[in-house]
Amino acid sequence: MTQTPGHHLNEEALLGYASGALGEAESVLVATHLALCPACRGRTSTYEAMGGSMLSQIEPSNLSDGALSATMARLDQTDPSEAPCDDGGFDNATVTVLPRPLRDYVGGSLDSLPWKSRGRGVKELPIRIGDGSVRASLLRIGPGETIPQHTHEGVESTLVLKGAFSDETGTYARGDVAVATADHDHAPVADSTEECICFAVIEGPLRFTGPIGRVLNLFVRP
Amino acid sequence: MGVVPQTLDLSAPNAAAGPGQVSDATVGTPSSGNPSQARQEPEAPTDQRSHDDLLDAIASTRDKTAFAELFSHFAPRLKSYLIRLGTDAAMSEEVAQEAMVMVWRKAESFDRKQASAATWIFTIARNKRIDRLRRERRPELDPNDPALVPDAPDAADRSIEVQQTEESLRSAIEKLPQEQSELIRAAYFEDKTHREIADQRGIPLGTVKSRIRLALARLRQEIDGFDTDPGPSSE
Ligand SMILES: [Zn+2]
Repeated sequence: MTQTPGHHLNEEALLGYASGALGEAESVLVATHLALCPACRGRTSTYEAMGGSMLSQIEPSNLSDGALSATMARLDQTDPSEAPCDDGGFDNATVTVLPRPLRDYVGGSLDSLPWKSRGRGVKELPIRIGDGSVRASLLRIGPGETIPQHTHEGVESTLVLKGAFSDETGTYARGDVAVATADHDHAPVADSTEECICFAVIEGPLRFTGPIGRVLNLFVRP
Repeated sequence: MGVVPQTLDLSAPNAAAGPGQVSDATVGTPSSGNPSQARQEPEAPTDQRSHDDLLDAIASTRDKTAFAELFSHFAPRLKSYLIRLGTDAAMSEEVAQEAMVMVWRKAESFDRKQASAATWIFTIARNKRIDRLRRERRPELDPNDPALVPDAPDAADRSIEVQQTEESLRSAIEKLPQEQSELIRAAYFEDKTHREIADQRGIPLGTVKSRIRLALARLRQEIDGFDTDPGPSSE
């Protein structure tokens, strides 16, 4: 587990996460990679420092009278909505595979979740993030199985959480991020030694190019 | 991140005095022969607490005077930050106040070895805005997560690097061509996708992306160069 990723997020994704401009689903993917990647954490803290630097340089606005005393009066109140969210109820295997930023969006341990079969050896668990406008899923691919061929209008980012898969762009193991764009057909194959679990975030609609009817709904939310 | 030499001058007020010097000896009368120290005049009297010190005072003694001082500096800037992001003035002030309440509550988690006060407060305000105005959750790292892959041991103390990163970023952004620096600022001050930024400015999406990529590559070069450069004053 001390191995660090070889396929990283691009700088724009780190900038978007640090600045807060990135949407929630993409932010979950970035934060999950960051949990596994000290190098990208370091780069992200640079972009947060850029935010701090800009905050220092911004022209201050006048506050209304009494703003300070109104705020001081709130310091000793407690706000129940700010209680830290519960991280209980997961078995050890799940805590090992899913870093906290993603675990918070998954309702229970991996083996207890309502996985849907998506063809031979492939299961999918849609994960609702925010308003659901961006599709996000966990994928569980049996050893040596292939994710059916598909292309998308948008961009698919896939983060490996367990095992590994390979496609024509390379081999991806825990922590690695593969980005596939619309102009690129791909058919990743899981390593033959163990199952592969991935988190995928897909912007834009999918269009299937493979011949297999049963799997046409892969990635498409019911 | 590379190893940073200990001998570089920092422009922070509390770093302007050389080793062994008392703090009131800094202005104009450096006793050592180091000429670079003569330029390092602190912006504030050295008996004033730095923003980092104020946060530590809140964390350790719930110091309300320290909070009031931090508030008077940061709350007006947080309000501007939120206005820049398209929020009306009244709501911006409300969220700025809420962010400062979070600063009070979370002060124990501030670590000056990891980030400056301004950077840490920026992240608090960023998350508060996502929560209150965008009504989304902000996925954050949990330092106690068993799945977290820890930093390499030599990365633990980044305090000198933290100071330098902010200083060098400031000048690096100023050195960028305006068409690039504007897009970097937009990432912080406009809640827009790259496509929206392109449409709004009437430039192609590909141009927006390539300008941002170029700008980030240049900034990265400045920062990484700073990390590995032994610096002019080391011997
Ligand atoms: Zn990385």
